[in-house]
Amino acid sequence: MSDLPKSDEYFSQIDHKPPKLTGWMDTPINIRKGMYCYASNPKSVETLGLPYARPWNPLEDDWQLPENWQQIIHEGLKERLERFRSFKIFMDICVRCGACADKCHFFLGTGDPKNMPVLRAELLRSVYRNDFTAAGKILAKAGFGKQIGARPMTLDVLKEWWYYFFQCTECRRCSVFCPYGIDTAEITIIGRELLNLLGLNIDWIATPVANCYRTGNHLGIQPHAFKDMLEFFVDDIEEITGVRVDPQFNKKGADILFITPSGDVFADPGTYTCMGYMILFHFLKEKYGFDVTWSTYASEGGNFGFFTSHETMKRLNAKMYLEAKRLGVKWILGGECGHMWRVINQYMDTMNGPADFLEEPVSPITGTKFENAKSTKMVHIAEFTADLIKHGKLDLDVRRNDHLKVTFHDSCNPARGMGLLDEPRYVIKNVCNHFYEMPANTIREQTFCCGSGAGLNAGEDMELRMAGGLPRANAVKHVHKKHGVNMLACVCAIDRAVLPALMEYWVPEVDVTGLHELVANALILPGENDRETDLRGEPLPGTEDDTNE
Amino acid sequence: MSQKNLALFLEKRKSAVVSKWFDEVAASYAPDAGQFLKKQQDPFSNPVGMSFRDGLSGLFDQVVHGIDREGALPFLDPLIRIRAVQAFTPSQAIAFIFSLKTVLRRNFGKEIYAQQLQEALVELESRIDTLGFLAFDLFMECREKIYQLKANTERNTIYRAFARAGLIKEDPEN
Ligand code: SF4
Ligand code: SF4
Repeated sequence: MSDLPKSDEYFSQIDHKPPKLTGWMDTPINIRKGMYCYASNPKSVETLGLPYARPWNPLEDDWQLPENWQQIIHEGLKERLERFRSFKIFMDICVRCGACADKCHFFLGTGDPKNMPVLRAELLRSVYRNDFTAAGKILAKAGFGKQIGARPMTLDVLKEWWYYFFQCTECRRCSVFCPYGIDTAEITIIGRELLNLLGLNIDWIATPVANCYRTGNHLGIQPHAFKDMLEFFVDDIEEITGVRVDPQFNKKGADILFITPSGDVFADPGTYTCMGYMILFHFLKEKYGFDVTWSTYASEGGNFGFFTSHETMKRLNAKMYLEAKRLGVKWILGGECGHMWRVINQYMDTMNGPADFLEEPVSPITGTKFENAKSTKMVHIAEFTADLIKHGKLDLDVRRNDHLKVTFHDSCNPARGMGLLDEPRYVIKNVCNHFYEMPANTIREQTFCCGSGAGLNAGEDMELRMAGGLPRANAVKHVHKKHGVNMLACVCAIDRAVLPALMEYWVPEVDVTGLHELVANALILPGENDRETDLRGEPLPGTEDDTNE
Repeated sequence: MSQKNLALFLEKRKSAVVSKWFDEVAASYAPDAGQFLKKQQDPFSNPVGMSFRDGLSGLFDQVVHGIDREGALPFLDPLIRIRAVQAFTPSQAIAFIFSLKTVLRRNFGKEIYAQQLQEALVELESRIDTLGFLAFDLFMECREKIYQLKANTERNTIYRAFARAGLIKEDPEN
């Protein structure tokens, strides 16, 4: 038997093992196609007024950096350590206990140890130790820096930052498990800011943000096209329900301004959610005189500035409030979005707020005061609708969703970023008969990210997205197998854009929907026809074309 | 006859074989990751590790009792689907299938020869090869799916919505 090859020699010419890890600092960076997003278009970087706009390619050795790039990083880091106390604390207090190590979906999906949150943070912390701590400075001089986890800023370190800070969706799952509450997402945000100082952004972020500046939304869609699209939905809704809804645009003096991510207006299946909002608003207008307006200028709720820098985030957030001021509304109702809400809840107040020119939000229909929107003046539509249902204000035919077996994906930002956990579930359970939760350690505060947030929802990084989304998909697959779940509901436009691809790869039997598509399927409009199809044009259970019944 | 005997022999040792086979898979990852794959037993906290535990166990039965495509796919597909998005070359991605041969010979070869089951073992090994071919097909399918998703994602959903609305017009500036 002794002449048999050992397993690891089995393919002597083809090495099927990664190099031994002699310590993470010694594992060289290997930038792999499919795992990163393209470098940003210099034009977009210029539009944003960010420095060092130039064409560059992550796969090439020379990243065309400014000569004094190390100094720029050092000073940038210094400035942020002084400015953000939390960042300084996060740099100092990690005890490397490892509680966060296996909590990141990117680590679980890729098996790459540098995707352990503790190591991701360590990429930056090692430079901090080297440059800013007394022990680091002394030991580094003596050549022992490595032993305390300190290392100087080199080109390889910079490349590693770029590669791994754009393999983090800033989802904060790791922070839930850290005994000190260290939020690696905040470290990623700073890491990306530092990279931006050298013009090292990715195009999927820079160009949408530049579009937001110019035309008000990520896709650069102009106001008339925005309106055309909504008017097309009016026709579609009429075809399905027999009722012609009549959305208001840019109406001065309306009670409420409605803002949703542009993905709902322009990309399937978000479009059905958008039709859902329109149907709900029409119902409320007919029954209760609800006065809401869309804006063709603040036509984007999503805030990709959040993935760029604190300044950019602030500038994009301000647009919504300026429009609310211009129109003179009482408060803002916000659609199903992820990072829009994280920005509103976590940053808005100290950034552009408090929005004192608006009123404290009160539902004109139920009289409910939305206490947690007291300061931001912006109410989440899931909360708004849950309140309507709770007060019996909606007429619902729940059977119209009987062909769906629904589960709910907690989008990281509304769930972990603002604690919106029960409202969407309450709504779903009231508009659908079949609802099944995914396993407890994959939902609510512990929800697994879609794997494509924080600007990583491009096409070229599909391997990264599929690997990062694996833990989420794995839980969906479980409820699909166990309960026959065929619909994954969510309250985030990025989710609606990226989960269909994730499902297509991992659980092709499951489709994706927004919350208000489900609401509108069940909602009975005054004067409507007998509906034969749902909003997607699929036959409803019990109708002639429905062969399953 | 000897086929049956080998099947009986291996069935009794299933958990040892599968566990050693699993170790081979874990060894194809970085040590820290491999450790984790072995340790964490919750299927939702460790989707890769637990998918492999399940999958390898099912594939073991296939190899021992005879392979048919339909029976093997539910176990093989999830594993190849995972490997196809991780940092492996195509050969690295499916090499774990063939490592079962080594696991069997290294750990049980002596006993198998002692019981004169070596011919049956050769036959069984050809089933492992069949599994390897299946894995190769699946790997290609997964890669094609990835490329299709790359080509069609965002743009497609956006164009679809626009086309429905009859709003597709080329913008000369882009
Ligand atoms: S914030 Fe999310 S993506 Fe980033 S390291 Fe933590 S768990 Fe991973
Ligand atoms: S859980 Fe917190 S303290 Fe422990 S390693 Fe992770 S970041 Fe550091």
